[in-house]
Amino acid sequence: MEEKIHIISLLVNNKPDVLARVSGTLGGRGYNIESLCVNVTANPEMSRIVLTTTGDKPTITKIKKQLDKLIDVYQVSDLTEVNSVQRELVLIRMKVTEENKSKITETIDTFKFRVIIMEPDYCILEVTGTPGKMENALAHLKPMGIEDIARTGTIALKRKE
Amino acid sequence: MKLTGSQIFVKTLREEKVDAIFGYPGGAVLDIYDEFHKSKVKHVLSRHEQGAVHAADGYARASGKVGVCVVTSGPGATNTVTGIATAYMDSIPIVIFTGQVPTPFIGTDAFQEADITGITRPCTKHNFLVRHVSDLARTIKEAFYIARSGRPGPVLVDLPKDVMQAATDYRPLPEVSSTAPTYGAALKRIPAVFDLISKAKNPIILSGGGIILGKASNELREFVQNVKIPITSTLVGLGAFPGTDPLWLGMLGMHGTYYANMAISNCDLMIAIGVRFDDRITSKIDTFAPDAKIIHIDIDPASIDKNVTADISIVSDCKPALQLINKLIRDNQFAIPQYDDWLKQIAQWKTDEPLTYCYSDKVIKSQFVIEKLYELSRGEAIITTEVGQNQMWAAQFYKFDHPNTFLSSGGLGTMGYGFPAAIGAQVAFPDKLVVDVAGDGSIQMNIQELATAIQYNLPVKIVLLNNGYLGMVRQWQELFYEKRYSQTDMSFSPDFVKLAEAYGALGLRATKPEEVESVLKQGLFTPKTVIMDFHVSREEGVYPMVKPGTPIAEMDLGREMIN
Repeated sequence: MEEKIHIISLLVNNKPDVLARVSGTLGGRGYNIESLCVNVTANPEMSRIVLTTTGDKPTITKIKKQLDKLIDVYQVSDLTEVNSVQRELVLIRMKVTEENKSKITETIDTFKFRVIIMEPDYCILEVTGTPGKMENALAHLKPMGIEDIARTGTIALKRKE
Repeated sequence: MKLTGSQIFVKTLREEKVDAIFGYPGGAVLDIYDEFHKSKVKHVLSRHEQGAVHAADGYARASGKVGVCVVTSGPGATNTVTGIATAYMDSIPIVIFTGQVPTPFIGTDAFQEADITGITRPCTKHNFLVRHVSDLARTIKEAFYIARSGRPGPVLVDLPKDVMQAATDYRPLPEVSSTAPTYGAALKRIPAVFDLISKAKNPIILSGGGIILGKASNELREFVQNVKIPITSTLVGLGAFPGTDPLWLGMLGMHGTYYANMAISNCDLMIAIGVRFDDRITSKIDTFAPDAKIIHIDIDPASIDKNVTADISIVSDCKPALQLINKLIRDNQFAIPQYDDWLKQIAQWKTDEPLTYCYSDKVIKSQFVIEKLYELSRGEAIITTEVGQNQMWAAQFYKFDHPNTFLSSGGLGTMGYGFPAAIGAQVAFPDKLVVDVAGDGSIQMNIQELATAIQYNLPVKIVLLNNGYLGMVRQWQELFYEKRYSQTDMSFSPDFVKLAEAYGALGLRATKPEEVESVLKQGLFTPKTVIMDFHVSREEGVYPMVKPGTPIAEMDLGREMIN
């Protein structure tokens, strides 16, 4: 069966060990978490965990069922299956030189990157977008000399029906 | 009313109708034990924390109630891990209370500190660290609720010392309310079950531990008698259906009967109830019941389609599902076909390859000991086992007619389980005959519990099948490692008769077949703790045997041993 990336969204209790329970459930059964985002929801007692993992459909179903058994987990949904919006955020630090300065500025304009810091010798850019846009942006900037990046996992939210 | 954490603890356990606690004191639980002393709680002092958890597990399996265990922090807590994992694998409801260092010390590598909630996260159904005394009563209630509801399992509650010393206003709490599942939607699929039953020619029922945990043994019996479909069971499910019934096929799987494994391999419909399709029953999974439609009834949705894909799955407690099925049969809603040809075929398999062994008048055969044990106890004993050959022979040759009478570590396969579990079962049923079928390897893993049995006058009987080997490991070395018996020779053992006497128990020995009956008679009917040391045939193997990774229809019947 076809393996693909699935976005699993969980509504959980906002408690110290809940993330360990979730990651342990996956890791202990040999499933890898490829990206992970956790934050508190509008209700401060609950958190949302959005993680991505790769597998065929039966595997993802098994993962969902195991997560659903955890006492601190209220809801498990596979947002890959439904109509959802997906975003990632990446911060990129680049060396700025006489040679690459104009190219960087040009790319910033084309891709509508946000400039957080622009100093004579380096800059920090912020990009948000779909995972696909991220890859594209990074591919463009790479030849200009990326020093370091910090990238979030995918977050996703279901559209209204 | 102001109460301390320890007082609330004892009060809440009373509310949960806990009538026995298995445990071991220590620094972090001094306040709890002081309260035990003041309030005269019934507490059984084990000699090792692992013994306490297995005893709570045995108490739970025998009584169907939640078992309770209390131990101290650090090493006390870590010593419970094997017992907790044992209960987790077989879905046994126990609540383990561990002491913890005072909250300000947590995370400082304090004396006898262990992150026991972290350690036991993968082998508990859930666990808690109580940080405030105001959360204590509610947490304990939740722990009991979680342990016994749904698919049961062990729940650990970690109790820091200062929390147990602190005082708070105590108000009795209402019972834990939860949106209890009604299984209504799942049960709508039951008519489809009858559709498959009516079309089947070679149907079989496979029942498991879920029947016993769900207290659905009577419902299962009614169902089987109504449809007259032959039935086999997993190890943990033994006793749910009478072992003396003509429709009973014995256990299936790696050491299952020839006819149970043949029936599974040739069936066209399998009705699996309360099972999770462990590899020890399926062996090579793609040849397991290859031509069968599969109906899977289980309380845990994660068990459905995990190892075996079901044609009809019903996520439900076994009891309401079987009750509805039985009601529909009683109301004559469905015609049940006759399976004469299939039953004839099965009878033929039973005649061709009965479960047997080669009796000897020179050396004691373990199977013979179990047969005699069955006879003399009239099949009415609670049998616990250790793990290995002793466990398989007990499962094969003792016929269990009642649920909750066969207590054995199925999933985890924990050596050292049987004796402390027998202590727990004997505490639950002081007047019943409780027998631990043991091997000379396993019994030494929790032999210290002899002191516990003697201290509380628990007349547990140990039937020791002493072959001077780690018998099952030796058997694998014989079959798959060209008889290189690496580290399995256990012939250096204590004199078990003297050992029994040293603890104040009765020790008996049989070295010849003609002594077996008299030793059993004396041992079983002496009202105290007894070790019966049977010196059995050293290199006897457990048969039939399915080689790991091969189809269960391809059994080694051990003909060389039998003839």
